[in-house]
Amino acid sequence: MSPILSVKDLHVTFGSEAGPVRAVRGLSFDLERGQTMAIVGESGSGKSVTSLAVMGLHPDSARIEGSITLDGEELLGKSDDAMSSIRGKRIAMVFQDPLSALTPVYTIGDQIVETLLIHSPMTKAQAWDRAVELLDAVGIPDPATRAKSFPFEFSGGMRQRVMIAMAMANDPDVIIADEPTTALDVTIQAQVLEVLKKAQKETGAAMILITHDLGVVAGAADDVTVMYAGRPVEQGSVDDIFYRPQMPYTIGLLGTVPRLDHSGDTALPVLEGTPPSVVSLAPGCPFAPRCPLADDSCRSIEPELESTDSPSHRVACFKAREISEQGHSHHDIFPTPAIRTSQYADLPRDERETVLELSQLRKHFPLMKGALYRRQVGTVKAVDDIDLDIRRGETVGLVGESGSGKSTTLLEILELSKPQSGAISILGKDTATLTRRQRREMRRHIQVVFQDPMAAVDPRMPVFDIIAEPLGAFKMGKAEIEERVFDLLDLVGLEASHADRYPQHFSGGQRQRIGIARALALNPEILVLDEPVSALDVSIQAGVINLLADLQGRLGLSYLFVAHDLAVIRHVADRVAVMYLGSIVEIGQVDEVYTRPTHPYTQALMSAIPIPDPGVERSRQRIVLTGDLPSPANPPSGCAFRSRCPKYAQLDSAQQAVCAGSAPVLSSCGADHRVACHFGEALTVL
Amino acid sequence: MTTDTIAESTATPRRRMSRSKLTLRRFLRNKMAVVGACGIVALILIAIITPHMLPWTYDQIDSGHFLKAPDGRHWLGTTQAGRDVLAMTVHGMSRSLIIGFTVAVLQTTISCTLGATAAYFGRWSEKSIMWVIDLFQIIPSFLVIAVIMKGHSTPKNSWLLLALLLAAWGWMMTARVVRSLTLSLKHREYVLAAKYMGLPAYKIIARHILPNISSLLIVDLTLGVGYAILAETGLSFFGFGVMAPDTSLGTLISEGARLATTYPWIFSAPAIVLVILVMCVNAVGDGLRDALDPNSSSGGRA
Repeated sequence: MSPILSVKDLHVTFGSEAGPVRAVRGLSFDLERGQTMAIVGESGSGKSVTSLAVMGLHPDSARIEGSITLDGEELLGKSDDAMSSIRGKRIAMVFQDPLSALTPVYTIGDQIVETLLIHSPMTKAQAWDRAVELLDAVGIPDPATRAKSFPFEFSGGMRQRVMIAMAMANDPDVIIADEPTTALDVTIQAQVLEVLKKAQKETGAAMILITHDLGVVAGAADDVTVMYAGRPVEQGSVDDIFYRPQMPYTIGLLGTVPRLDHSGDTALPVLEGTPPSVVSLAPGCPFAPRCPLADDSCRSIEPELESTDSPSHRVACFKAREISEQGHSHHDIFPTPAIRTSQYADLPRDERETVLELSQLRKHFPLMKGALYRRQVGTVKAVDDIDLDIRRGETVGLVGESGSGKSTTLLEILELSKPQSGAISILGKDTATLTRRQRREMRRHIQVVFQDPMAAVDPRMPVFDIIAEPLGAFKMGKAEIEERVFDLLDLVGLEASHADRYPQHFSGGQRQRIGIARALALNPEILVLDEPVSALDVSIQAGVINLLADLQGRLGLSYLFVAHDLAVIRHVADRVAVMYLGSIVEIGQVDEVYTRPTHPYTQALMSAIPIPDPGVERSRQRIVLTGDLPSPANPPSGCAFRSRCPKYAQLDSAQQAVCAGSAPVLSSCGADHRVACHFGEALTVL
Repeated sequence: MTTDTIAESTATPRRRMSRSKLTLRRFLRNKMAVVGACGIVALILIAIITPHMLPWTYDQIDSGHFLKAPDGRHWLGTTQAGRDVLAMTVHGMSRSLIIGFTVAVLQTTISCTLGATAAYFGRWSEKSIMWVIDLFQIIPSFLVIAVIMKGHSTPKNSWLLLALLLAAWGWMMTARVVRSLTLSLKHREYVLAAKYMGLPAYKIIARHILPNISSLLIVDLTLGVGYAILAETGLSFFGFGVMAPDTSLGTLISEGARLATTYPWIFSAPAIVLVILVMCVNAVGDGLRDALDPNSSSGGRA
């Protein structure tokens, strides 16, 4: 069978003030009908540029060389008009951000009808019927009425379904999905991936899946191309890449990702450094500066992509033979730093001091309506009577999807004021009773690291001033501050010379280190971490996670670690609390919860997370949750999860009445493992 | 960019450059800004020094030499009243400089203080400040200033009163913009981080919020200088501004404009000075904006 899409030696170059940006260098691949190829790479590796080049959507200033043929027809050099008749008809695209990919002022139906009418001769009524049919195919409930809704009435996951419906509208030959699930929650991601698969099956199209998530690749792709600094560095079938990787970068990527199905007692191997800028590339392999195996030949000549043992598995590395012959795994290649263990590690949990305790913490937001006379029309229960305690030297993970109340909980703690109801107690002191001065003094003991490393540090301040700021706020002497800042820089693995640079001269991982140094400046005992690694590239994450673990060991810190990524939590946390709609539904020792998840939501969450192992992915039975998170202003009666609960659907009507009638409370179901479910049963999902 | 800036820096460890030094270095790199700054300094020096060195003072009348073209006795000619244009221009320039900068500094200070306070604290302070802004915006400023200036008929220090009044009616728009910018900055993570570090509110406003809108404030300040000089010109033209025998660029220009075709020297000298003055101030404003804003084009090279 001849390939439907064939890319040969593609080069894309942009002009810039600093010199030509060589975004893609020498990419080739063939794609057959019904096949899915994943392009994996970190930000700036050229994966999105590739998709734009195929679609002919690249900016005019880009210089493109090579060849892209669709069913034997050359696409490069076609005019924009000619490409317009191909785009949407033969090649369709699903974008990353469903929130901005739909026009807000037209209804969903109108937008699908528009794509249909442009490319095929049909009447408006026919097109409308087809649009409803498509919405039904992607799983939009009640499609005939929903087609008349506007995009803002849809949730993110629903909008992504609409995007998929539009992509499959004209029966395309190729679907390009550019990070289609990155902006979505895990349970929604699982639904969207299913829909994508269905769309591909129905249209018989070939698919290019662009992503940085190796788990998604393992579950969805047939072939994989790994890109680094604009170059394909390894190509092959999904099994080749995951089980027999030969390029150190691929090996490193696979090895440094925390795994959902492995407990995290040891440090992660680290891929040092950051990806190079594609503006001024040094000669030689672009990965050489970060590669522990690199020698002089790697630094002088760039290796070509060459076939290895099997013709379809191609690697650009001089060391590939050596790696495959000696069977190197990531442990052999990449250094695993030693991580100090905390002095509290041996102490049983019950004998440790409680550093942070939430009891029946509640934060409800009133919903107001009306302009002149404002009246309350409802309540959003963002945090609803939660209990949580953190002992000295331990890490408690707080997981949940967006809207589950994790961030509100954090902000409530950090305000250090009297909560709406319930109590927050830090180091044994109730925050409600603090005076102004005591509250300020208390800030020394509890500090925060934010998610977005760019937004968390003031872009106008040099690094020294950023780290010195909390010290100045507590009236430390100038000389003392100077010394402390350099100590802190050293502590988080930055150089003293970085002190007078501005934050934007640093990579994401380095910026996050600046944020951590600032948080540690006052020698806090508790560190609140709000998704500290989720905005970082995969190869950078491991370094920051190791740093946090090491700091905890050295300084005896206690962490409250909020994340949506369950794999990261499994690696870093000692205990984990799962939140759903403002309540904790399951809490316990981390390995206990991961091996014996008992709440149906926890089970669904874990089963929704793709695991970077194709064999495991193929044999896994997924629990896919239906629907979206219900509005927190109007949650279902009784158990808030019952509207999406797979277990609830299997219960008989008497049992269902129990779920609808009363909200379950946390009750013990094992040593240090509590769950809030009337009918919870442990289940192995990993 | 990251790798090479860091590589180059490792040669000089432990030598830290303060923020003001960095800003200065970046400012000095901008040629136009340096020229503008020199221009302003030169104009200020001229305004201070030259009045004592000139053969005539601005309020002296040389009877018998009315509307004379430039010659050896009066280098830039004389006015209808027989006063020396050069001396008047120098004096007018110093008045305009003082009025321009006083008004600009005052109104920018008022607007950023009130705007940031309103947005950062919210609740009643925001409501009351917004109410004051609305009140000042609906009062016709020209009329009020004219009435007050008329009532205050002593020429001495009339410029100071004028400057205060111009500033009092010039801050509202900027305050609104500052407020809305502060609202968007207020929930940035670095502002939250500063709050959770225990920094008092006034310090957060001064260190994290105002510097991050400094581009706007600097542009506002430079435009404010031009605005103040022009407003002063308008008021002076109708006789409500700087009063004779005191003079400003505005009064000179309005006086010269009527005779510009027949006696061009009275008009052209102050007009050229005005253009140079405003251009210098703008060049400095641009330079400062680039130097303070690490995201601007010269950012990576500091």
